[in-house]
Amino acid sequence: MKKEEVPQDSDNLHEGTFKQIMYAVDNSGNYVQVQSAGWEPENIAMDQAWEEVNERVKSARARVAAGEISPVAYYMEKSLMDLPLLASYVGKFQWQVKRHMKPAVFKGLSQKMLQRYADAFKVSLTDLMEAK
Amino acid sequence: MSNSFFQHTQTAHCESGVISNLLGHYGLQISEPMAFGIGAGIFFGHLPFVKVNGVPGTTYRIWPGAIFQRVCKRLGVRMESEKFSTPEKGMAALDRVIEAGIPVGLQSSVYYLTYFPASYRFHFNAHNLVVYGKEDGQYLVSDPIMDSVTTIDAESLAQARFAKGFPAPKGKMYYPVHVPPTASFEKPIKAGIEQACHFMLKVPLPMFGVKGIRFLAKRVRNYAENPGDRKATLYLGNIIRMQEEIGTGGAGFRFLYAAFLQEAAALLKKDELSKLAGELTQTGDLWRNFAFAAGRVCKSRSADNVSYRELSEMLLQCAAAEEMFFKKLAHVKW
Repeated sequence: MKKEEVPQDSDNLHEGTFKQIMYAVDNSGNYVQVQSAGWEPENIAMDQAWEEVNERVKSARARVAAGEISPVAYYMEKSLMDLPLLASYVGKFQWQVKRHMKPAVFKGLSQKMLQRYADAFKVSLTDLMEAK
Repeated sequence: MSNSFFQHTQTAHCESGVISNLLGHYGLQISEPMAFGIGAGIFFGHLPFVKVNGVPGTTYRIWPGAIFQRVCKRLGVRMESEKFSTPEKGMAALDRVIEAGIPVGLQSSVYYLTYFPASYRFHFNAHNLVVYGKEDGQYLVSDPIMDSVTTIDAESLAQARFAKGFPAPKGKMYYPVHVPPTASFEKPIKAGIEQACHFMLKVPLPMFGVKGIRFLAKRVRNYAENPGDRKATLYLGNIIRMQEEIGTGGAGFRFLYAAFLQEAAALLKKDELSKLAGELTQTGDLWRNFAFAAGRVCKSRSADNVSYRELSEMLLQCAAAEEMFFKKLAHVKW
């Protein structure tokens, strides 16, 4: 990659907060550090990853509203977690967390367990119950 | 404590950047590419069964922490490294060390680092940064991929240091206790190159090194059937993101390694290495073209067999180029 080829495909991903360093060759063939504002393929991949997240969050929210799943499932998506990660945050087995995603089981959870979920998701207890 | 106390230099990658900045603080000047090369950071691996959010992992560099260990060992740097059972203990220990005026390297999750743009904050647990002081309850941070120093509150930092998941940082902190004032890079460079060649050519598993690139190529070829269109674009997206992994110029660390070879060539007066650097630059461009093509497939949302076959062909080209390159590198006479 030549110095002039260092991509400057800015979009709001970086929010203007930082430019990354890349290594590229100058006219005499020597490697130099060049700041880059972003790169199109990465922007596409990143956008796509976020779109996927947003879609999952949206669908989880709808399913909570329909009474199919508990807020635990919704907040898991919203916090970009997967089952193994969430289980390790609340100190439970994966099958237990999965059970807590059933609305009926969720209703019977102790205050202490609910608080653990609230802490893992960094939300208040009321927010957790209402799936905001 | 002011900014002038710790010299912050922006680098492309966090681990090699922290090494360069930390050792530089003690007067041992080592550039980022040099640290990356001596630490034999270049690698390839594709792990279909290690999934994060349902997407298989791909890596273009050696596992986190390895560059650090190797550089320290090869340059005779002694590090103190600690992990902690609770955030309270970990934060207290951090406070004690920075109180003594010692900058500390920390392993942390990106998700809780509030100074990053929101779009970058995924659960990635192998980020490295340096904390060099505390002012009004805020920690002073030199994050090598940021262009200037920044700050973070204690709660976020504790969360970042004690994030769960893989690999769990467990509050890992490290700082040099002995840094030689000067070091000859000659032997470390050779050892680093030898090791890199070994990892790229000789690991007897199909997922790693040049073989790993071919392995990925084979899977990409069938992406339309397995895992099927919708997921395939996510898989591709992840390959691109790992290839870019902040600041590698889209070539999965290939340019960074080429920069190392160039520096090594000048240092050891070995033209051969600088010629090889030029070859690796071309390979890096092949990788960039692959990412461009893969990005287009991602964007169009669906692809036919033909485009996956083309992507697969491009990967095979990368594999062939790298195989030739590392074989030549392994045969450099010292």
